[in-house]
Amino acid sequence: MNASAETEEPGRTRPGILTFVRLWLGGWPLAQIALYLGTLLAVFWLGRNLVANMARLGLTPGFAFLEHAANYEIGEGFIAYAAGDSYARAALVGLLNTIAVSALGCLLATVLGVTLGIARLSANPLVSRLVQAYVELLRNTPLLLQLFAWNTVIHLLPGPRQALSPLPGVLLSSRGLFLPAIDTGGHGATLAVAIVGAVLAMRLILKLRRHLAGPSPRRAVVLAYLAAVLLPVAIASGFGVAFTFDVPSLKGFNIRGGISMTPEFAALMLGLAVNASASIAETVRGGILAIPGGQWEAARSLGLRPFSVMRLVVLPQALRIILPVMTSSYLSLTKNSSLAVAIGFPDLVSILNTTANVTGQALEVIVLMLGAYLTLSLATSMVMNAYNRRHVLRGDRR
Amino acid sequence: MSALRPPSLLDRSPVLKATVGSRGNLALSTVVLILAALAFPPMVRWLLTDATFFGNAESCKAASGACWAFIGEKLKFIVLGFYPQDEAPRAYAAIALLIGLVGLSATPRLWGRKLAAAWIASLLAAIWLLGGGGPLSPVPTEKWGGLPVTLLLSFGSFILAFPLAILLALARRSKLGGVRLYAVVLIETVRGVPFIAILYAATLLFPLMLPAGAAIDKFARAAAALSIFVAAYLAEIVRAGLQAVPRGQSEAAASLGLTSWQTLRLVVLPQALRGVIAPIVNLAVGIFQDTTLVAIIGMFDLLNAARAAATDPNWIGFYAEAYVFAAAVYFVFCFTAARYSLWLEGYLKTP
Repeated sequence: MNASAETEEPGRTRPGILTFVRLWLGGWPLAQIALYLGTLLAVFWLGRNLVANMARLGLTPGFAFLEHAANYEIGEGFIAYAAGDSYARAALVGLLNTIAVSALGCLLATVLGVTLGIARLSANPLVSRLVQAYVELLRNTPLLLQLFAWNTVIHLLPGPRQALSPLPGVLLSSRGLFLPAIDTGGHGATLAVAIVGAVLAMRLILKLRRHLAGPSPRRAVVLAYLAAVLLPVAIASGFGVAFTFDVPSLKGFNIRGGISMTPEFAALMLGLAVNASASIAETVRGGILAIPGGQWEAARSLGLRPFSVMRLVVLPQALRIILPVMTSSYLSLTKNSSLAVAIGFPDLVSILNTTANVTGQALEVIVLMLGAYLTLSLATSMVMNAYNRRHVLRGDRR
Repeated sequence: MSALRPPSLLDRSPVLKATVGSRGNLALSTVVLILAALAFPPMVRWLLTDATFFGNAESCKAASGACWAFIGEKLKFIVLGFYPQDEAPRAYAAIALLIGLVGLSATPRLWGRKLAAAWIASLLAAIWLLGGGGPLSPVPTEKWGGLPVTLLLSFGSFILAFPLAILLALARRSKLGGVRLYAVVLIETVRGVPFIAILYAATLLFPLMLPAGAAIDKFARAAAALSIFVAAYLAEIVRAGLQAVPRGQSEAAASLGLTSWQTLRLVVLPQALRGVIAPIVNLAVGIFQDTTLVAIIGMFDLLNAARAAATDPNWIGFYAEAYVFAAAVYFVFCFTAARYSLWLEGYLKTP
């Protein structure tokens, strides 16, 4: 705020509110007023028709219906829900499902995309061609088709009895994807709070230390975070809370234990992540190619190994180009998660659509849908921009 | 020391050097080759050697490979959906007309007012061919399906969106604050929400907003939703193009005595659009793929028709074949367009 005052041109004062309004209105205030008036009239006309049509169907406009009991079941969710709960709660289940599938999808897409983007630049033609084929195939077929294909593949997997196990503890079957989990014996929430608290405390200590005695060495930072995570666990075990690995295994006719993903969730998450990984790979490749060759040469002449050149010199600079584009990849992945409705995963759009069909409150439902996605988009942009300012552009701060 | 050695085979062949030249690359190449060896034979077996090319569902079920006989049998359905059998030639004519026009449009020499007029005329002609009227017997839009729907929706929405996008882009750069705000809110709202939400708004909400008794065809509603969606994205591309035109161009035009409308139409817009043709082609590819979402509101475009073909009681369950076929069709269209866009970028750069 101080900086902007300093950089302001001398002899220029900020325009007053009246000048601002005059500039804003420009030469044709009447034309603009007509535009807004026209829009208002159109909205009024459509709204009047809507109210009349709803009255004819016996509906009252407004969000009061959200409190009413929903009579449909929802396949899966992160909070308890049963038919008879309110429409609002059903929508919340959908919102959480959307957030979960998008967040996991973004994470997986980033890991896949960055790896593939770097692999695409490999001097080894076998590797780079393989990645190129992967990217072309994914970019030139519709996402909906890819999701249908993933859904079909997952349902074609062998049943629970013959589940595939690509890694120990990981089971893939037509009932979904199963991963091992740590069983906290019902103390998960307390433990999470304790760990978060400890991490924050350690950060504070490190920050104070830095103020007193310059930057802390990397090893101290790692040790501090490790202690912050392990201490609460150790103390909890000391109080008799038993931690065990909960490895999924076949019990009876189904697989039990561990973290499970339903086939629909797994298909949607994998489909979205793999689809986005293709564009992220291209972004990463473009970002790395934009770094001048001199940077590579300089880093290598300092004796850095190829991996370190990439990690310490090239990627941090490339990230400035990559991150804004990556943000839009995340945004489109989040929006694309609405394709869930086509493969039967109860995301926000799917649940709201059911709600609209059951209650007939189309306007309210569409408004909720738009509001939810605009908020999600805005939140993602804000988080990414904050990350960009804090970590990527840090060299530019003076 | 090594300089004294005669050049080995590795030094002479860059490809060999890159694949087996170092320990790391040798390991990578081995991994890729092992993966290929694991993936390719089953793929070829399923696609070709074990596949059934002629026969019926029973012979397909007996074989372990793909059932291409199913595609052969249901090809007409996948391409045309529920379009009446007897009127099929009309739909084929519409497909030929639209694809032919795309071919013509790919030649930069032909770009101009005549081509734009040809586009509008062909779209109207395609709608007439499909829907009937005059000597042709009428076919309601609910019966339209397959490739004609995909082509008509994607091309039609693009043509409809174009003027709207230019208007929005200009509005967003306007000096008038109110107009600017209007454009920003419209563009960012549409870009911030999924296409499905707009599609639902058009199919669920819009009919409720018309006076009692009035109705707009579902196909038209989907096309309108798609046009608005395209317009928002296209407007941002056009805006980027407008930004790239140097200020001196419009100043020079003004000093020649051109009115602001003439400056825009004859000087600024042609340069702005020329600069962003490649991104526009890429957007068109994306929109072509996004038309598949109309399946969600129950329309039978190419993808949904392919899916529906696999629910035929006589040929039930051949989803994999249907998807592979649909993917191949989309891939051919999109890959060609993407390559064309690359070529065009180079072509337009050379003066």
